[in-house]
Amino acid sequence: MPSPTAPHAIDVRYVADLARLELTAEETAKYQAQLGVILHHVEQLLEADVAGVEPTAHATRLVNVLREDKVQPERCLDRAAVLANAPAVLDDQFIKVPAVIEGEDG
Amino acid sequence: MPDLTQLSFAQAAAALAAGTASSRSLADALFARIDAVEPRVKAYLSLDRTAVLADSEAADARRAAGQARGPYDGVPLAIKDNLNVTGQPCTCASKILAGYTAGYDATVIAKLRAAGVIPCGRTNLDEFAMGSSTENSGYGPTANPWDLERVPGGSSGGSAAAVAAGEAFAALGSDTGGSIRQPASFCGVVGLKPTYGLVSRYGLVAFASSLDQIGPITRTVEDAAILLDLIAGPDPQDSTTLPEQAGGCAAALADAAASVRGLRIGLPREYFETEGLDPEVRRAVEAAGKELEKLGATLVPVSVPTQKYGVGTYYIIATAEASANLARFDGIRYGFRDAAAQDLMQTYRLSRAHGFGPEVKRRILLGTYVLSSGYYDAYYLRAQKVRTLIRNDFTRVFGECDLILAPTAPTPAFKRGEKAADPLAMYLADIYTITVNLAGICAISLPCGFSAGGLPIGMQLMGPALGEKRLLQAAQAYEQTANLANRIAPLGV
Repeated sequence: MPSPTAPHAIDVRYVADLARLELTAEETAKYQAQLGVILHHVEQLLEADVAGVEPTAHATRLVNVLREDKVQPERCLDRAAVLANAPAVLDDQFIKVPAVIEGEDG
Repeated sequence: MPDLTQLSFAQAAAALAAGTASSRSLADALFARIDAVEPRVKAYLSLDRTAVLADSEAADARRAAGQARGPYDGVPLAIKDNLNVTGQPCTCASKILAGYTAGYDATVIAKLRAAGVIPCGRTNLDEFAMGSSTENSGYGPTANPWDLERVPGGSSGGSAAAVAAGEAFAALGSDTGGSIRQPASFCGVVGLKPTYGLVSRYGLVAFASSLDQIGPITRTVEDAAILLDLIAGPDPQDSTTLPEQAGGCAAALADAAASVRGLRIGLPREYFETEGLDPEVRRAVEAAGKELEKLGATLVPVSVPTQKYGVGTYYIIATAEASANLARFDGIRYGFRDAAAQDLMQTYRLSRAHGFGPEVKRRILLGTYVLSSGYYDAYYLRAQKVRTLIRNDFTRVFGECDLILAPTAPTPAFKRGEKAADPLAMYLADIYTITVNLAGICAISLPCGFSAGGLPIGMQLMGPALGEKRLLQAAQAYEQTANLANRIAPLGV
């Protein structure tokens, strides 16, 4: 747990790795400073008395809306339309991606 | 021939019914206005005129054959560019979605099409709806039609500007923390944020799923009610939609004047005592309260002590949800893939680095941080608990009053570039709108005057969940005394 008085010691480089975001040195420095200011403002929430308070994840009263587990073809997207948006396509039926397992060809 | 672009959405429909305008003539009139003012306003990211003309001619043919899909068949509507419309771009004003073509209709679009409403142009926004000025668009900013040096607000700035400039009869926007209401306020138009779950989010590109709602931006309260009736209702494609059936809001306006008599309108102390509240805005909103009092409402002082936690809570919850929602933009299945990447990890890292703009990156970083191991309890969980406190505050206050009156934004439209270098100052522009999304309730912004400098000022009415009818009734009763409905920025044309 971070110290409750200074939780804004954000390590932007580490967070950017988690977010799969390449940052330049200039961006890293800029976000380091800006996010520190924003987190300082957010620390205001530490004042709030939340003892015994349940968290709210969603604003509606709904829980677990279920439907029958069956294919609804009319709701499936058209394959050609989907592939048309892909950055690279193989054999008109696959989205071509970089090698996921190392040592294989892309 | 009167200028058809001066018509409200309802008036345009009435002109079609009366035969004084055709759908084609409505479209042509909009195109002429767009040609005249769009180079300065820049409200639209794209507009497929050929498709609009084909749709309008089809609507005219249906009407001529007595087969109109309803009173709004053939009326064009501008659409924020984060809603999927089959065959059209949906860029979210992001470079990462350049070239993307939607393969399906959002539920709201399908509902509008069933009513014959014609999607007409895709409006600019802050990238992925993240911002309060439309300066964060990856394709350049939109100008405020009332003062071209100023921002139209955001994130639905293109929609609000198009409606205010007479480039659209009305538009759809989306509101996660004020993105319909704040630009409506800045542009002198009406913006409605419906109760969470009233309108399906299917086909809206997600920013913060527990906060996002689609809603109308219009020049009259009546138009907002009409459009809400058309787009609301449960949807099997969005499991967060409420079971309540849509409709009846426009019809309820017949009782607008009567509904205000005896209505208790709460004035929340905290909203009027905020540091940074422009005195002109404060005076205009207080004067609107007095007008509502003259109409028979009772003004009640109320207190929302958690208001001060709104921005902090929002920027934890919204960024956390955004960091998860935007993980899908990774250069794999659609959108921009950086060709310089040598392997999978680089494909992710470089595609996102070069596809996203600075504000989106900032929020992804913040959201990733507050969800990361060791910080989750201190930030995200605490924010969710404070969200409960905010909801409880509104529940209590709506026991003391029927509606809440407050400013929509602390100031009129600010100058382009004024807050661009200070993200926190920009976030504080949403101070009055954010808690409505956190609580999941409904709210409307409507014009309540102009500043001495000629800038529109908006007031906000908030209602409890599913309180849209009463909200719209009170808004229309005020609108009819204020004489500020259906104003279009002249733009020297």
